[in-house]
Amino acid sequence: MTAVPAFTPSTAEARRVLYQLVLCRGFEERVLKLVTDGSIRGTTHPYVGQEAVAVGACLVLRPQDWVISTHRGHGHLLAKGGDPNRLMAELFGKATGYGGGKGGTQHMADFAIGHLGSNGITGGGIPIGTGAALSAKLRGSGQVVVIFFGDGAANQGTFHESLNLAGLWRLPAVYVCENNLYAMSTPHREACAIEHIADRAAAYGMPGMQADGMDVQAVAAATRVAVERARAGRGPTLLECKTYRFLGHSKSDQRVYRSREEEASWRERDPIARWRALMLEHGWAGAADLDAITREALAAVDAAVEFARQSPFPAPEALTEGVFATPGESCAN
Amino acid sequence: MRELTYWQALQEALREALQRDPLVFLLGEDIGEYGGAFGVTRGLLAEFGAERIRCTPISEATIAGAAIGAAVTGMRPVVEIMFMDFLTLTMDQLANHAAKFRYMYGPQARVPLVLRTPAGGGRSYGATHSQSLEAWFLHVPGIKVVAPATPADAKGLLAAAILDDNPVLVVEHKLLYATTGMVPDGEVLVPIGRAAVRRPGSDVTLVAYSYYAGVALQAAEQLAAEGIDAEVIDLRTLVPMDTGAVIESVRKTGRLVCIEEGTRSGGVGAEIAARVSELAYEYLDGPIRRVAAADVPIPFSPPLEQLDLPQLADIVDTARQLCRG
Repeated sequence: MTAVPAFTPSTAEARRVLYQLVLCRGFEERVLKLVTDGSIRGTTHPYVGQEAVAVGACLVLRPQDWVISTHRGHGHLLAKGGDPNRLMAELFGKATGYGGGKGGTQHMADFAIGHLGSNGITGGGIPIGTGAALSAKLRGSGQVVVIFFGDGAANQGTFHESLNLAGLWRLPAVYVCENNLYAMSTPHREACAIEHIADRAAAYGMPGMQADGMDVQAVAAATRVAVERARAGRGPTLLECKTYRFLGHSKSDQRVYRSREEEASWRERDPIARWRALMLEHGWAGAADLDAITREALAAVDAAVEFARQSPFPAPEALTEGVFATPGESCAN
Repeated sequence: MRELTYWQALQEALREALQRDPLVFLLGEDIGEYGGAFGVTRGLLAEFGAERIRCTPISEATIAGAAIGAAVTGMRPVVEIMFMDFLTLTMDQLANHAAKFRYMYGPQARVPLVLRTPAGGGRSYGATHSQSLEAWFLHVPGIKVVAPATPADAKGLLAAAILDDNPVLVVEHKLLYATTGMVPDGEVLVPIGRAAVRRPGSDVTLVAYSYYAGVALQAAEQLAAEGIDAEVIDLRTLVPMDTGAVIESVRKTGRLVCIEEGTRSGGVGAEIAARVSELAYEYLDGPIRRVAAADVPIPFSPPLEQLDLPQLADIVDTARQLCRG
């Protein structure tokens, strides 16, 4: 097992972590209300409970490093520095959203901040992130790609193909498995022949690491080791973060496949409560500071909802526009 | 102009793109020393090295996905999938991601990805190595599809595909690799989306592409000997399709035969027929006819395979019946 030096954030980082944790949580809780009251159509896959993974992993990345996300992806976008206004507007199907309202909850990208897209197909992003890592290597750009996926995606063929390719070519990729113990309703123990997904790394010539996915510091520490390894040209890492989604798979999930006692035991490990306690313990902030940061993050959610509500729907001509790129048009990448 | 084989013409497009643009690289199974299953990439490894002529394990889904990831981050990958049948393994990546990124993610997303693959039967390779699956991609907006019939078009369409900022599927044909034709020197681009009139005529329009564009020309020669003047349209590009060229031809001839190697139901010919019915019905002097493979998997046994695949005589007979009633 790879040795993991402890990660101690600067005071500014610690405050940013709290802001992002609360932003991710507050955003998702608000989205659920908006889906329930009909303001947002379709479905949603809340990230509540798993925030420490996105926030911890993105904390050690450079702005030019890439992440690629999953269908439960709002948290990854926010943690990489995404704009809550454009994210919320996309959920409302508005023209000001990340995809101009044409992508929706599972299909958003912001290449300018190094976010290569969330993805509606379980495991669909794993080979794409692998290709981004190949691109970084071919160009010698020094960029690292963090590829987020869940325990369910780890059973897709593309997971195995991609890790084999990345191990073979020593690509600058960090495969971050958010093992939240359930692929929709299917428990990990009923879907995977081994207990720890990290153990699969051995088959692909890369180190396997595990981190407590409820603990920002643990995730950041492990990701930092993997990112430094990738950046030094020593190849990919598989990092498994054991975590838990506090809510259902999507809005209609009654959670019949797990007990309320199990949920309560994981809620006791809430990453936000844990981080607040840590900040007080280390003197990174006082209680009044914590409350102020929390209010600030929740105000950003309020502002995002207001922005989304005030934004226009796409014009009718948007329906048929943008299927293909046309020569000479401006592009962000 | 020199005479080149189809495979040499494809290779020339690859070589020139590799020389011109350091962002272009090749990705695929056995494309290195082996030169690819049909020899298109032979010699390129020695010329450009293993970083750019990148041999992969047998992992079609991830080859396609990795190419998408490389493409959206600014590279210009050219993938070879050894047989078109193996596109089945890449379909999530192509249909759900490559085709949709730009529409879903907006103008920031460009997927300049080329995927070359050999289609077609006629060699008794059996049901999983002989298919023509290009019609599938007419139903997934966001991927362009080209299917060159001549060495010159093979070079020009592949070169255009590599320059294109969108995913482009280049459908090659196993029976064409060894065929020869005159090919211009240096960079040559055949615009994607434009059909070619291979033979002007006034009695009936034969629309085909890839290997069958040549078969349609042979059919036209036979028909000419019987006094029937057939116009042959080579579509060259299936997405976007040059519907205007077909309609212009039908306005002259009043009769249309759609020819393809894929299975009949839901095929390219069905699409052409529907478009002409919708847009140019008044010019038709008779029903639109289709020549296509039967709705069966491709059989192995040589006589059965020939029975299944469209034959020269089928095209001649169909056009004759249409013209003579």
